[in-house]
Amino acid sequence: MGGLNGLILPLEGSAWPPGEHSFGSRYLFPGVESGWLTNHAAQAVIGAVLVIAFWLWMARGQSVVPGKKQALGEMVYDFVRNGIARDILGPEFRKYLPLLLTLFSFILVNNLFGQFFLFMFPTFSKIGFAWGLAMVAWLVYNGAGIKKHGLFGYLKHATLPAGVPKFLWPLIIPLEFLSNIIVRPLTLGLRLFANLFAGHLVIVVFVVGGTLLLTATENLGGFPIPLLTVAGVVSIIFSFAIFALELLVGSIQAYIFTVLTAQYVSSAIADDH
Amino acid sequence: MLPLAGESPLGPLLPEHIEELFVGVALFLIILAVMWKVVVPMFEKTYAERTAAIQGGIQKAEAAQAEAAAALEEYKAQLATAREEASRIREEAKTQGAAIIADMRQQATEESSRLLANAKAQIEAERSAAVSSLRTEIGGLATTLAGRIVGESLDDDERARRTVDRFIADLESQPVEQA
Repeated sequence: MGGLNGLILPLEGSAWPPGEHSFGSRYLFPGVESGWLTNHAAQAVIGAVLVIAFWLWMARGQSVVPGKKQALGEMVYDFVRNGIARDILGPEFRKYLPLLLTLFSFILVNNLFGQFFLFMFPTFSKIGFAWGLAMVAWLVYNGAGIKKHGLFGYLKHATLPAGVPKFLWPLIIPLEFLSNIIVRPLTLGLRLFANLFAGHLVIVVFVVGGTLLLTATENLGGFPIPLLTVAGVVSIIFSFAIFALELLVGSIQAYIFTVLTAQYVSSAIADDH
Repeated sequence: MLPLAGESPLGPLLPEHIEELFVGVALFLIILAVMWKVVVPMFEKTYAERTAAIQGGIQKAEAAQAEAAAALEEYKAQLATAREEASRIREEAKTQGAAIIADMRQQATEESSRLLANAKAQIEAERSAAVSSLRTEIGGLATTLAGRIVGESLDDDERARRTVDRFIADLESQPVEQA
């Protein structure tokens, strides 16, 4: 590998091997080095605009008997409404429906940016965005629990499952606190981030690596040029499969984030364990 | 494995720019506001209308069905009542007819027996009248008879007997009213 790096790096600068630097943001305006004005922040804004535009378009001019457009909108809406919110939250689901719809559509659109031209980058592989939404989820489910049970009532509800014998309390309470209050938002944010980060990294490896192999003009690591070219073609073709996989992963992660948020809210406002 | 940037041991687990976090949350809140105020209410309104329309339709159909069933029941009940009424009327007519016939028969019997009695009484009256008139006339007749007998030869028994016979024959040939 060392030889390979040595040969390629001079040709491709910092593009090879792909790493954390492949995820670096660029500033929108040269000379204005503000974290607010990066290409990825702009991408997130575009994602939000697309989400809002989509829903406003779908919500406009609805009728009791849906047309094609409305049927599509209702399909997506019902997926979150009936498939996530109502199933998990029960009769109180309407209160949390806007939150869940927002999470699902915002995450989904930004994840799909990883496979679409112009961006080719999933926004949530920048962990700041993932932490932001995880924080929102954390505030929402804890807030819902506190509102329902009161601060101490909620802490008891969240850290002490019913029927635990007293001598286990010193063990259970810290564990449950750790699991329900501290670890949940971390795993929520990390899961979203890590899936997209890893997926994008794999894509970069196959695409950039394949391109390098395809365009090789001299023997690399002792392999002849025709072999390198074939390997490059295979690599590029295989990257399409990875793209398809990433479409799936991005959709699943949007779904999982939404489902888990609903699940956390549900367990926080449950009457008892 | 990943070549870390170096400045932080957490590597990509810390945001490159902390502003990412705020941008994410701010965009989330903006979308949430639109969802909360516009999108969800509009969808839910449509759903509620649809539910109402479907429920209304079902209720309407159910009401119509119930109404039809009630009408059928009513018709059946009316029909049964009518049948009962008809049979009752028929029965009544039959008994009435029988009563009328019996009545008439009785009346006729009474009438005939009355007529019979009248005729009997008249006949009896006429007979007694005839008897009484005969009684009043019998003296005169006897005198006449005696005169005649006297006028003839009283000795001649044969003649006298003939005369009496003739007289009685005359008497019998006379109509009753004239007597």
